[in-house]
Amino acid sequence: MSPRLAKALINGLLIGAAAIAIAPLLYMLSVSFMPQGEASALPPPILPKHPTLANYRQLFLNAGMGRYLVNSLLISTAITVVSLAFNLMAGYAFAKLEFKGRQRIFQVLLGALVIPAQVAMLPLFLLLKYMGLVNTYGAVIVPALATIFGIFLVRQYASGIPDDLMEAARIDGAGEFRIFATIVMPLLKPIMVTLAIFTFLAAWNDFMWPLIALTGQEHYTLPIALASLSREHVQDSELMMAGSVVTILPVLVLFLALQRYYLEGLLMGSVKG
Amino acid sequence: MNTSRAAWLFITPALIILGLFFLLPVVAALILSVTDYDLYALADIRNLRFVALQNYWQLLQRPLFWSALGHTVYFVVVGVPLSLIASLGSAMLLNSPLARFKPFFRTALFAPVVTTVVAVAVIWRYLFNTKYGLVNYALDSIGMPTIDWLGDPHWAMPTIILFAVWKNFGYNMIIFMAGLQAIPGDLYEAARIDGASAFAQFRHITLPMLKPTMVMVSILTVSGYFQLFAEPYVMTEGGPLQSTTSVLYLMYEEGFKWWNLGSASAVAFILFVIMFAVTATMLRLSRQGEKA
Repeated sequence: MSPRLAKALINGLLIGAAAIAIAPLLYMLSVSFMPQGEASALPPPILPKHPTLANYRQLFLNAGMGRYLVNSLLISTAITVVSLAFNLMAGYAFAKLEFKGRQRIFQVLLGALVIPAQVAMLPLFLLLKYMGLVNTYGAVIVPALATIFGIFLVRQYASGIPDDLMEAARIDGAGEFRIFATIVMPLLKPIMVTLAIFTFLAAWNDFMWPLIALTGQEHYTLPIALASLSREHVQDSELMMAGSVVTILPVLVLFLALQRYYLEGLLMGSVKG
Repeated sequence: MNTSRAAWLFITPALIILGLFFLLPVVAALILSVTDYDLYALADIRNLRFVALQNYWQLLQRPLFWSALGHTVYFVVVGVPLSLIASLGSAMLLNSPLARFKPFFRTALFAPVVTTVVAVAVIWRYLFNTKYGLVNYALDSIGMPTIDWLGDPHWAMPTIILFAVWKNFGYNMIIFMAGLQAIPGDLYEAARIDGASAFAQFRHITLPMLKPTMVMVSILTVSGYFQLFAEPYVMTEGGPLQSTTSVLYLMYEEGFKWWNLGSASAVAFILFVIMFAVTATMLRLSRQGEKA
């Protein structure tokens, strides 16, 4: 094959693959601006004839989308901030602080990584029910406040910090918490960004557990609300596309802004195999 | 010692969360699965009875359990290879020195991964709508027969598989790209001098050098695909004729629709054991291959 033909073939395939990957998302955006009923016609329209924001208006004024958006933001932000603190502290301790049982505890955590989260869900529901947490934000937030994956990621990164830095501070009489806050935290900044965006995206997109734990509409996150709306409004394609845009856009924008950190984290996390 | 006490303070919050809300429930699930915990026990714990392995025994006799397992295995056996082929194919395209605008293509191909399953499933449901969907319209306009994608029991699972491949292939693509970049260029150089074709290079250099990555990615993808739930929940509600009811969908219905928490825990444990057995076997087979 001539180099020019090869080049055309490779780039042509890439264009085709990229089109398949993003066409559904662009189509969603286009249909979300169509007036009700326009999308249920033959031939299926590609672009709205008379673009309108009516679907978004209906979602936010009548379907409570504003509330669900706030719920999602609140839950995902709380999980991200607190779990970041807990995972950072634990990951650093497992990497850099000597204590009895360090290896054994970490081995147990690594071993638990093979257990799918769903195994814990039924008793977890009962536990939270007895604690009075079912159908509160807490039911989704509290169990997510530490993750084995997060601890593992931080530990891996923190192992690269030279011990001399901490030793010198200890000789100067600094306490462990001050060392962590003033010396270690600044060095962990890249992994903090990576872990934060990973956690936020996972919390935002999470489906099965919020579906179980949030039984009342007032606490629904966007994915749960969208799933429930889509069962009621099977025919309202335009409305559902607008709902999908509201759900996807925040995480897509976040990813585009912090892409580099996300992809780095993905590669670091996959070394665990 | 001071450091040791500080260390315990550092790990305690995370250990409490993981212990109380993950490890303890896992142990409790094992106990729950040998009881008849149901709606009556939920109302009054005194109604709880120990039933030994009866939940497991009854499940093994239920046709719905076997069909749910069959659908899940179908999803894994067809979905994982297709996903890996799509991931490796796109990674190789992106890795080619002839490819242009690489950062743009990488972002575009990865975009579906960060989207919310429910939201994109709603899009696919519309695209694959029998009457007004773009897919059937395209088929019809090139003279092909149209398909009742999500309404025909034979087509519903293939449609969900297509969806899962589209949604997930970007993730492994990134990992494969890193794997491909780690292969020394001299190997290809030497092969070219020896006159090896592009396919021979792929077969004898790329695939063997990529094997560790391939093993890891397959195992992670297999365990991910065994956890099929949100896709059928949104796209088909387990139907038509329960043709897309997965094991986790069965667990969800058994536990949170019918409140048979004992029997649902047994479902969860069986799934866990199967996943563990399959991934452990894959790991062992890949190691045997290395020795040979």
